[in-house]
Amino acid sequence: MASDTLTETPTAALKPVPEITAHGVQRQRSGLMDWLTTTDHKKIGILYLVTTFVFFILGGVEALMIRLQLGTAQNTLLTPETYNQLFTMHGTTMIFLFVVPIMAGFGNYFVPLMIGARDMAFPRLNALSFWLLLSGGLVFYASIFFTPPEAGWTSYTPLSLEAFSPSGGQDAWIFLVHLTGLSSLVGAVNFYVTIANMRAPGMGWGRLPLFVWTILVYAILLILALPVIAGAVTLLLTDRHFGTGFFDPTQGGSPLLWQHLFWFFGHPEVYIMVLPGFGIISEVLPVFARKPIFGYKAVAASSVVIAFLGLLVWAHHMFTTPSPTVVLVFFMMSSFLIAIPTGVKIFNWVATLWRGTIEFKTPLIFCIGFLSQFLIGGITGIMVAIFPVDWQVHDTYFVVAHFHYVLMGGAVFAIFAGIYYWFPKITGRMLNEPLGKWSFALMFIGFNVTFLIQHTIGMDGMPRRVYEYPDVGHLQLYNQISTVGAFILGLGILLTIINVLRSVKKGPVAGPDPWKGNTLEWFTESPPPLNNFDLVPRIRSVEPMKDIRREVERQSEPALAAASPSAESTLRG
Amino acid sequence: MGLLPRRYIFSLAAVAATAASLLVTPAAMADFFSPESGGSPNANRIDTLYWITFAIAMVIFAAVIGTLGYCLVKFRARKGAVAAQIHGNTRLEIAWTVGAALILVVLAVVTFAALPGIRDPENSDAAAAAGIVQPVAAHGNKKVPADGKALNIDVNGQQYIWRYTYPDGDDNNLNNPFSYTEMVVPVGVTVTLDIRAQDVAHSWWIPKLGGKMDAVPGYTNYTWFKVIKPGVYHGQCAELCGRNHANMIATVRAVSPAEYKQYIERLKNDTKSADAAAAVSRKKLDANPQANP
Repeated sequence: MASDTLTETPTAALKPVPEITAHGVQRQRSGLMDWLTTTDHKKIGILYLVTTFVFFILGGVEALMIRLQLGTAQNTLLTPETYNQLFTMHGTTMIFLFVVPIMAGFGNYFVPLMIGARDMAFPRLNALSFWLLLSGGLVFYASIFFTPPEAGWTSYTPLSLEAFSPSGGQDAWIFLVHLTGLSSLVGAVNFYVTIANMRAPGMGWGRLPLFVWTILVYAILLILALPVIAGAVTLLLTDRHFGTGFFDPTQGGSPLLWQHLFWFFGHPEVYIMVLPGFGIISEVLPVFARKPIFGYKAVAASSVVIAFLGLLVWAHHMFTTPSPTVVLVFFMMSSFLIAIPTGVKIFNWVATLWRGTIEFKTPLIFCIGFLSQFLIGGITGIMVAIFPVDWQVHDTYFVVAHFHYVLMGGAVFAIFAGIYYWFPKITGRMLNEPLGKWSFALMFIGFNVTFLIQHTIGMDGMPRRVYEYPDVGHLQLYNQISTVGAFILGLGILLTIINVLRSVKKGPVAGPDPWKGNTLEWFTESPPPLNNFDLVPRIRSVEPMKDIRREVERQSEPALAAASPSAESTLRG
Repeated sequence: MGLLPRRYIFSLAAVAATAASLLVTPAAMADFFSPESGGSPNANRIDTLYWITFAIAMVIFAAVIGTLGYCLVKFRARKGAVAAQIHGNTRLEIAWTVGAALILVVLAVVTFAALPGIRDPENSDAAAAAGIVQPVAAHGNKKVPADGKALNIDVNGQQYIWRYTYPDGDDNNLNNPFSYTEMVVPVGVTVTLDIRAQDVAHSWWIPKLGGKMDAVPGYTNYTWFKVIKPGVYHGQCAELCGRNHANMIATVRAVSPAEYKQYIERLKNDTKSADAAAAVSRKKLDANPQANP
């Protein structure tokens, strides 16, 4: 694209310059065919968001069934087989079919808009990404009509080998990893190329929106980590069906090799899931604090440092395996190090609120939930990084609580902040504020009631992935608290679903920039037209929309002062 | 602002619910906030290490949440309030980066100080050990007490049961006494464990006796404990091993050294009489294959 030809300001007159050579006029398709064949990044983004949210609901229902089973000691509601299938489906769904791809959904919709591009670099490849993701999900969920996998989302060998997991469900899991992995790889390359090449004039790396920074890092991490898991599950597939013995100890293979390969991917995956969440927080906080992000460079750089260190901490998932002390020490120290850039982010976010004028809209409130919960997840992360402590809490409900504080309390609350923040842009309509706040309140209370107590459940000796537990001590009471919390959390999520369904047709019209946003997506209409922008402004700072509003204000000063003196006054501060 | 009271209701409800979930029971607060301990010195030292970490964590948590809460109350949008357009403060940012690093240095030092006491087996109590401990060799990841002697028990995980093989003083491993699910050990004696698995991965864990160690097929893992007072200590497999993972329980019964010796004698005698009975049946079958032994 010849972006040099674009004007400095939207008001300047310019001669029309053709930017794309058209070889023919495509007929506008309608309805279903349009959705099936679209290569528009916004439509693909919506497909991603809706599809992954459906998987989120499925994974959530699985979680509620798990909590129902654990609601009483020695419960016989579910068989051990069904229970193992449920937690395997739950974990796999939430990671491969929800958190990772919904970030791609936000990325798809907003990266081109935020950098002032008219689409992704490879629109057709983009469509392929989505359809690969959907295929992966369908292949995996088809197994519920046969035998779902039951070796956990980690599929540790030898349990996942044919001798112990003969059902095709395990193979469905492998194909899910292949298909969603391909989807993410193709998507990651697309994000990288788009961000590297298609930024608006003037948008150097130092003016890239922080969400786009995290999507860039997300893409790089995917490119580095996914080939390893793709190779590992392929070896698992040949072990299962063609007699190779890579992971089979009876044939000289190594179960620990699987664990290393799995976690070499599995830990970066955690950052793949949470970094774009950080990006959303870094976008939303400044808008509602009416203040620039505190320490833009530190916040952007810490994402890169987290990603680098995130590639060096994988064996902290393996502190109880037969490993030499020097290995345990290395992975403890590298895990400690990652707390520094993460801490920097948290401090910078809090400092962003400092001396702001905070408007308590739903997106901001979800950010507050994120901050407090992710803080707890980060702190327990340090605890489990201390390997002698991990020897006590590893594979217990303490760890379950820890990673839910990171991924549910952290990433998912950030996703909800993103939904409430960007829904007006995607649909052109506002979500209902009181309903959003009730949704948050129930989710916040439900989440903490569910997972805070699980730290104690784990320290009392309850391992994860057990379908029943004895009625000793207060174990049953604690589990009941957790189960009640899960349903409150579910109700909170339901309120947001209702909110979205109500508002998509009937919500108040949002206008192009309802929040007074800082980034370019608010420059265009809501929803944006097919080509996103007729004109792309020259970027002069990290907050181009603030610049534009100031410019507009300056030009219309006399008229504005007469009409409404207070409306725009906060902009100038 | 009409919004404000409602926001307080939300916050109060959240705080109340969180507090309730913490304080709903008059459980022993020590066990509520920390891992199980009390059975063995290594478990107690992990507990101590945990409490130090927990204390530091609480300070950080209170500081960050306090500042966050202060911001939310103090800097909410009011009429006429103008947000300070601060873009950052390099000195401050360097300060909290270094601060975070220093806290981690402290945690690392504390951990390294505690590590030997947790990882390295202690000597057995002299009075208890007589006639029970034997020399054990350190190799690879295996640590042994300073005096080189311990009661070395082989732990074998199998779907869905634990098998324990006790030493009997000779080199023939085939005639050693063994038991399933319940391990019997003498109080005051250092027990070193060789942990293996023969089908899928399992994990050996008795919370009051220290951390867990995975049993991985093809590998041997090691840990130790020294039971402080007699009693029964419960645990269960901590690594998903299949459908009945939840039922793969383990107990350690700690008895006096004298009782331990009797127990091993009884195991030997039981094995002997079972062998004798089997020999009789075999003879019968050899004579008449149709016979029902």
